[in-house]
Order: sequence, then C-alpha cells, then structure tokens
Amino acid sequence: MSVNRRKVLKGAAATTALLAAPSVLRAEETIKLGSILDTSGIFDLYGKPMDKAVDMAIDEINTDGGIAGRMIEKVAYDTQSDMALYTQYGQRLARQDKVDVVHGGILSASREAIRPTLRKNKVLYFYNVQYEGGVCDRNIFCTGITPAQQAEVLVPAAMEKWGKKVYVLAADYNYGQITAKWIQHYAKQAGGEVVQVDFFPLDVADFGSTITKIQDAAPDMIMSVLVGGAHLSFYRQWAAAGMNKKIPMASTVMGAGNEHVVLTKEEGDGIMLAYSFSKELDTPANTSFLERWTKRFGATDDVHELAVATYQGVHLWAEAARKAGSVEREDVIAALEAGASFDGPTGKISIDPKTHHATFDVHLIEVKDQKMAVQKTFVQRPPVDTQTVCNLEENPKDTTQYEIDI
Amino acid sequence: MDYSAVVVMEICYAIAVLILISAGLAVIFGMMRVINLAHGEFLTLGGYAAIMSNQAGLNIYLSILVAAPLAAAIFGFLVERLIVRFLYGRLINTMLATWGLSLAMIGGFSMIFGNTTTGIATPISGFALGNYQVSGYNLFVIAIAVLVIGGVYLILKTTRAGLVARGAMQNPEMAQAFGYNTSRVYMFTFVAGSALAGLAGGVMAPLVGINPAAGAAYIAKAFITVISGGTAVISGTLASAGLFGFVSQTFTFLATPVVGEIALLVAAVILLRLLPTGITGRFLKDKV
Repeated sequence: MSVNRRKVLKGAAATTALLAAPSVLRAEETIKLGSILDTSGIFDLYGKPMDKAVDMAIDEINTDGGIAGRMIEKVAYDTQSDMALYTQYGQRLARQDKVDVVHGGILSASREAIRPTLRKNKVLYFYNVQYEGGVCDRNIFCTGITPAQQAEVLVPAAMEKWGKKVYVLAADYNYGQITAKWIQHYAKQAGGEVVQVDFFPLDVADFGSTITKIQDAAPDMIMSVLVGGAHLSFYRQWAAAGMNKKIPMASTVMGAGNEHVVLTKEEGDGIMLAYSFSKELDTPANTSFLERWTKRFGATDDVHELAVATYQGVHLWAEAARKAGSVEREDVIAALEAGASFDGPTGKISIDPKTHHATFDVHLIEVKDQKMAVQKTFVQRPPVDTQTVCNLEENPKDTTQYEIDI
Repeated sequence: MDYSAVVVMEICYAIAVLILISAGLAVIFGMMRVINLAHGEFLTLGGYAAIMSNQAGLNIYLSILVAAPLAAAIFGFLVERLIVRFLYGRLINTMLATWGLSLAMIGGFSMIFGNTTTGIATPISGFALGNYQVSGYNLFVIAIAVLVIGGVYLILKTTRAGLVARGAMQNPEMAQAFGYNTSRVYMFTFVAGSALAGLAGGVMAPLVGINPAAGAAYIAKAFITVISGGTAVISGTLASAGLFGFVSQTFTFLATPVVGEIALLVAAVILLRLLPTGITGRFLKDKV
C-alpha cells in the first residue's frame, strides 16, 4: 500500500472516531484468504482440484466486487501430503501472514494439526471435506458431508430396493469405524440386520477370502466403506468373481476421488451412493458451474465432491462476510449462525448454528457407465450425527472432536 | 464341501501370489547374492506395461504375459549394465543403490502416469463352484505360478545355460577358467529376474490396479518369502511360499485379514529364529 498525503489525512481524521475498530483503517487493503492443501504427494488427487476450486471461487467473488469493496488475495501453501508441514504452515498463516480466514486441510489428521493453532490465534477456519463428523469448535466451520448425512439416505433406500440383510466392509480407521456404526444404526432403524462388519487396514489389497466369507453369509447387499487405492482392488476382485451380478452394493466413499471413473463400467455399474454433488446433477446452477470450470481449466474430469465442497465453502464464507459487512471473525460467525447461505452447484448450503456443520441437499446416486446418475434428491439434510454430541450455543468454549457413539 | 473346496483354492491362490511376486527376487538374490530393493517397482513397471499396452489395443494376454515381462527385462538390462554390475559382491552398496533406484522409479511413475490408481478389467469371468462364485482369474494366477516354477526348474536343471549359470554362481573363478564370461552370466540372470518381476506385476494388475507406490504392498512379503526360503531358488521359494500362504489364509478364514497378515509375520519371525539361514539353509540343501 502506498502512503500519500490524502490517505494519511483521511486516516488521521478517522483515527479519533474509530480507535475501537482499527480494521476500518485497512479498508482498501486486500482480504487475505489462507489456503492450505496437499497439492502434491499422495493426496494430490484430492488437493489439486480443491486448489483450483479455491482459485475459481476467489475470482468470482472479486469479479462481483469483492467483499465490502475489498478484493480477496489467496495466500496458499502446499503441504505435500506431509502432516508435519500443516503445523508449520498453519502457524505461518496465522502469525506471519495474518490471514483473515483459512480454508483447507484434507485428512482429519491435517485438520487436527492446524485447528488448535488457528483457534488460539483467532483465525476463522473452514474445513470443506467429507469427514467422520464430531468436531465441536466455534472457530471452525465444517462444510463437508458427514457419515450420517449419507447413511441416513443411503441405507434405507438400498435396503428397500435390495433386502434386509447387510454385510459391511469398512476401512480400519476412525472414518471407517464411525461410518460403520451409523450404517448399523440406520439398518436397525429400517428393520434390517447387519450380519457382519469386517474392518481392513488401508494397505490390504487381497480380498479373496473376504469374498468367500461374504458368500457364506449370503447377505442381500454389501455396504462398502473401503477407502483408498489398495481397497479399490475389492471392486475389481468382486467383479472378477462375478459377484457384482449376484449381490448388490452401496458405498459412502466410492466416487469421492472419482473411483467410479478409474473402475471399468463392468466393475462399477449398479453401485449405489449418496453425495451432495454429482457431475450428472441436472440443475441450472450445476450446469453453469461445470461450464465455468471447463472454460477455466479445460475439462471437468477432475471435479469431485471435495472440490465442490471447497468451492461452496469459500463462497459461503464470502456471503456471510458480505452480510456482516466485514471479515472480522466474530462478525462472520454471527452472520453464518444467523443463516447466511449460498446457492451452489449442489443446491442451497447453510450452517447449522449449534454444530457449525453444514445443511445441504443430499442426492441418491447410482453408478452407470462410469457416471453418477442422480436417482433422487433429499433436500436440506442437517448434520444429524454431530448434532447428537455438539451444542455450541450452550457450550461455546467446547473444542472437542467427539467420537460419536450410538 | 463346496466351502472347503473354495478355501483350498484360496490357499493355493495365496501361495501362487507369493511365488509369483518373490520368484524374480529369489532368482536375483539366490543366484547372485544381490538384494534388489527396487523389486517392488519392477513389479509396478510390469503392471504399467500390461495396462498401457492393453489400453493401446494389444490383446490382454499378450499384454500380461509378453509386454509386462519384456518391459521389465529391458529396464532390468539397463539397470544391470549401468548400476548393479559395478557393485557385485558389495551387498550393502547394492541395497543402497537399488533403494535409491526404487525412490527414483516411484517419482518417475508419478510424473509419467500421475499419482492415481489405474487398472484393467480381468479377462476371465467368475464361475460357480457349488453354491459359491469363484474368480476364474485366480485359477489363471495359480497356473502361471506353476509354469514359472516349473520353467525355472527345467532351465536350471536340464539346460546347459542353467548348468553354466549355477556353476558361475558357485565358483565364478572356476567358471571363468573354463572360458565362460561370468559378467554375461550375471547380466542374463539379472534380466531373467527382472522379467519374472515384470510378469508378476502384469499378472497382478487386473486384480489390484497399479499406482506409483503399488510395489510397496508386495516388497515386504516378497522379501520375507525369499529370506525365509533361503538360498535355493526353487525349493526355498516353494517351501516358504507354501508355508506362509497356508498360514495367512488359514488365519484369514478363521478370523480376519488383519489376523492373517499378523500370523504370516509371526510365522516368519519364529521361522527365522529357528532357522536363521532360511528353510533351505537347513533342509533341502542340495536342491536348486
């Protein structure tokens, strides 16, 4: 910022009246949006499109005149899929760059690495990723989909279509275990029965014996909470045994990293999913979003749930800041709690004030020809899982991540 | 009855996989005392070669059985000529060099193919065994493993090339005195081991999908199999793959895949405590 006489005079005149609100002095400065994502390394499949989504959202907000006349500037760090770098860059964003808001973090471990630092330094934090739920902290807004939001829709729909006996396969870490609990919960509620839950470490790639065991149990359907590249083998081996024609399958995670495109048509067809985003969602908002993405990045191959959640997270924050007329943390939080919302590609998204998690549309999806065909839309689903453990209106000082036990 | 047939088939399949993924390593280690830490990446290379050539329109069986071992063999040839041949007899140095090579290969794969999992569909459909649906491709894997072991055995035992190779490994000076170029023998052995690794990668590709770091999932098991087997290439690999495949699958069926993996590792620890030089260090000493 250049200093000239006019600005100095203006500043001096304002100082007397506005000592209590020094931020106004910076009215012409840009707003700093910190972005912290793995845009290289093993998680870049998730991080790169999310980074693009941040760029696109910022440009759109700036084209619309920014926030209260101020433009947004991105301060980004690539954490290289290394959890140690999150701590380092998180501190730099808060203390050195003094950003106004931070968007980012992919794995839950990365979020937990920066959440305390950002809270301590009073920097507002948006975590825009599908995760296991349960974070209860006034300084953070979790805009991604959580297990119950999916299972609540997916489990009854799949059971109605296929039958009551469910076999659950889940990745052996907290996301898999918590999601498996919710699946059991909703299966029981719908009058069904979970015959078996098997957990697999993330590096297991051989499912031969599991496939035999599943046949021995003879369930009506499979619920898959298998995560990552090694677990992708399950879908191949399942199809190789011809089982995909015999026992149908639903999943809460397949497709988030565009797995349905990696698998062949034969392997993926018929799998039932529940997400807030699908490229095949036929609404004007989504069509226009995908057109803008294509115009800017060439193709929409890499767009996925997490990228769209990030895009909507940045816009939601901007909407709230516009309503509040400021990017001060307390003002933005108040605006979001008062119901600031954004109409994005997945529909309307707003914040549940008790949990700081998001309410949005969830779509029931079936994989067809490597595409996510939307079957049915469930409008405005609240974060019911986190709601069972978290109430920030009563306990604003809470900072726990609860392990939701049903 | 059906169930036990399926279980037996799964056990055979697990043994076949162990044989396939460790055969290349066993040939190179057993005959040349070179530990190829890039073995996992040779597998990955074979997998990529199979997937790429299939996507380019080559018949799937040719992709798996020809393109994959060929690509790994050519690469193995370059590695032997450019790196490994300067380090023969220096175990630690070869480990370090091939470890570096493995990191470089993972980086190279990420740059060329991107950091994602790619795959091809299995060419053989499943079939019914009584009440159970079984993967036909598993039988294919078992058949290939039998052919690999049989082929290596026949070459080593009945051909002149095999005799020369065994002679050169046992006593290089004597072989050289007889007029055989041991450097060339080493080269061919390394290339053969690489080709076997590539073949394994090609065969596994339709089942697991390949990503740049896919080799890491196999390298540990391949090492355990080879080290526990001892120095005899065929009987050692057969004995340890048979033992570990049986142990891990039995525990997988009785409990979970996690317990199966643990059982395999526990069996390896006990085995190496009792037989520090591997199974063939104590038994079957004179076999190949």
